[in-house]
Amino acid sequence: MPIWLQRQKYLIDFTLASLLRRRAKNLGLLLVYALIVFALASVMLYTHALRHEAAHVLAGAPEIVLQRMVAGRHDLIGEEHIARIGQVRGVQTKAGRLWGYFYDPAVKANYTLMVPPDREIAPGDAIIGAGIARTRGLSAGDYLTLRGSDGKAHTLRVAGLLDARSELVSSDLVLVAEPFFRAFFGIPAGQYTDVALRVRNAQEVRKVAEKLTLLLPDTRPILRDEVLRTYDAIFNWRQGVVAVLLLGAILAFVVFAWDKASGLSAEERREIGILKAIGWETSDVIRMKFWEGAIVSLTAFLLGYLAAYAHVFLADAALFEPVLKGWAVLYPRFALVPTVDGLQLATLFFFTVFPYTVATIVPIWRAAITDPDTVMR
Amino acid sequence: MSRTDRFLWLMAVLALATALTFVDATLRSHEASPRLATSAALVQELGLTDLALFTEARYTRHLSQADLHTAFQDHPLAFEHFPSGSLLAPPAHLFPTRHADLAAATEVPD
Amino acid sequence: MIELVDVRKAFNQGRPNEFWAIRGVSLTVDANRVTVLKGPSGSGKTTLLSMIGCLSRPTAGRILFETQLLSGLPERFLTAVRRGTFGFIFQQFNLIKGVTVLENVMLPAYPLGGPRRRLEARAHDLLAQFGLAAKAGYRVEWLSGGEAQRTAICRALVNDPRVLVADEPTANLDTQLSRDFMGIVGDLRAAGKTVLLSSHDPEVYDSPVVDRVVEMRDGRLAGG
Repeated sequence: MPIWLQRQKYLIDFTLASLLRRRAKNLGLLLVYALIVFALASVMLYTHALRHEAAHVLAGAPEIVLQRMVAGRHDLIGEEHIARIGQVRGVQTKAGRLWGYFYDPAVKANYTLMVPPDREIAPGDAIIGAGIARTRGLSAGDYLTLRGSDGKAHTLRVAGLLDARSELVSSDLVLVAEPFFRAFFGIPAGQYTDVALRVRNAQEVRKVAEKLTLLLPDTRPILRDEVLRTYDAIFNWRQGVVAVLLLGAILAFVVFAWDKASGLSAEERREIGILKAIGWETSDVIRMKFWEGAIVSLTAFLLGYLAAYAHVFLADAALFEPVLKGWAVLYPRFALVPTVDGLQLATLFFFTVFPYTVATIVPIWRAAITDPDTVMR
Repeated sequence: MSRTDRFLWLMAVLALATALTFVDATLRSHEASPRLATSAALVQELGLTDLALFTEARYTRHLSQADLHTAFQDHPLAFEHFPSGSLLAPPAHLFPTRHADLAAATEVPD
Repeated sequence: MIELVDVRKAFNQGRPNEFWAIRGVSLTVDANRVTVLKGPSGSGKTTLLSMIGCLSRPTAGRILFETQLLSGLPERFLTAVRRGTFGFIFQQFNLIKGVTVLENVMLPAYPLGGPRRRLEARAHDLLAQFGLAAKAGYRVEWLSGGEAQRTAICRALVNDPRVLVADEPTANLDTQLSRDFMGIVGDLRAAGKTVLLSSHDPEVYDSPVVDRVVEMRDGRLAGG
């Protein structure tokens, strides 16, 4: 073994021996440290995977959704509007969509009722998302009764369930036939919730949106790019929120760790004096302290990260569920596809391992350059 | 085995486990692609625009379709009363990064 | 072997509490001899020992080890000389608490980075030689005063230094243990080591193994 390597091993050995002297205290520190890394890494992995999944799944969303606005509110859009879109070049298909929300007081949950554009559903039938099926205890063949805008009870036969694997996008959907939808909500024929446009050439989307705003000044186009960006930004921002929530805990830990790492007791100073007197160089002392910081922070980082990976991708982020659920009764059950971003991991590494190690070394500097003859005095 | 060797072994095992998470992620994302394809197909078929993560309010259920004031439409001074609302930022098309000409052309304020 | 030429040492130089601990000492220490610096506390024995042992540098004057000038060396080299040439036994023993006897003995060799197996064998040999073989795995705070000092001696010898420096080695020992210690000093001399002691204990300077007693007073040699 090369001499420098053996030297580092000796230093690590001595550092481990000194850390084990205050076993309970140092293990406690390691545990709290690992918990902080665990919390940060869990948020990081979860949001990254969710962003990744959103980007992948929503890539098939309509290029443009056109909403009509009346007095600052999203309103129904009429056939005459849709007809005028036909004049805009580049629009491949245009279709009025029918969808809306229904609050079900029986379970205090919001459903999204929707008329599928290409799927034949018998009037009086419904295809429901897995979340609703779970919440209301429904399966195919059961009946679902909802109170319509006319005050009457409308009964739907559950013709089928949407694939549970798509729950992240379909948990609260109730797909119904157009006649039922119009009767239920009291929407006259020729009126739609909004319009979905497909644009063949991706380069033209913005141009088309621009033309639409000129042609139909009371409408607002929402581009797929913006949908994707919304989801990208949202989870960034959310990550920030959770970080803010964690900040208190992190600050408390920083104070504790700083005190632990940087506070040199008289005993430690004396030990450094002894080590120097018996032939250790200043650099050996600093290296030994470097190892102390590195051992604690690296172990905490690896343990915290591994626990976070298991939490998010093996236990489906069970600890986050209460936070993300909020007051929602319908909450999709989904397992995220594991994705790990090397750069993010490196960032986490930098922000957790580096400061602690520095906090350990800096104060030792002054102590390490003191004259070794202090032990003789 | 000495204390240091045991520690270095522990580190090696942890580092290996960390490396394995990358392998696991790669393997499982291959495995999950049929599931993702199901969702993507449904999005394509129904023209969905949003994730069903937060179903309690309009502006959180269809986040990308909401506008800045949806949360406060019931009253201009209303406070946000769904916890998820405080976790979410308004949709991207409301931020100035949107191309200026489009914002200028529209007569409907966001 | 070691030559001091008009060595002076000041503490807090240039400040109102400036204090000259050593005020011009010229001295030659012969190889393979036991030399005792004798004198009351405050006479400068410890300061002189620490300068000879490369723990500190003189404010003025020269210290030569054989032909090498020690007093002008930068810290790194001074440490290297100290590690290879001098072994220290301190008044308070200065063992590292919470660490085993064996590790305490091995500590001075860590920066050298030699093979661990060989180092452990050497430490075990030394401990056996001083009757501490059974205590190798003990923590040092469980040792008696005599055992602690013998551990400190083992530590001083682990790098096989040519000179042993001991500052007030018997201050914390009873008469019997002090005699035992002087016996060990005699053995070390027989093994070819140069030993340098500071003491005001008659058990030390009147011991038959001592070759030369240098008396100090107020930072100067008093005769000798």
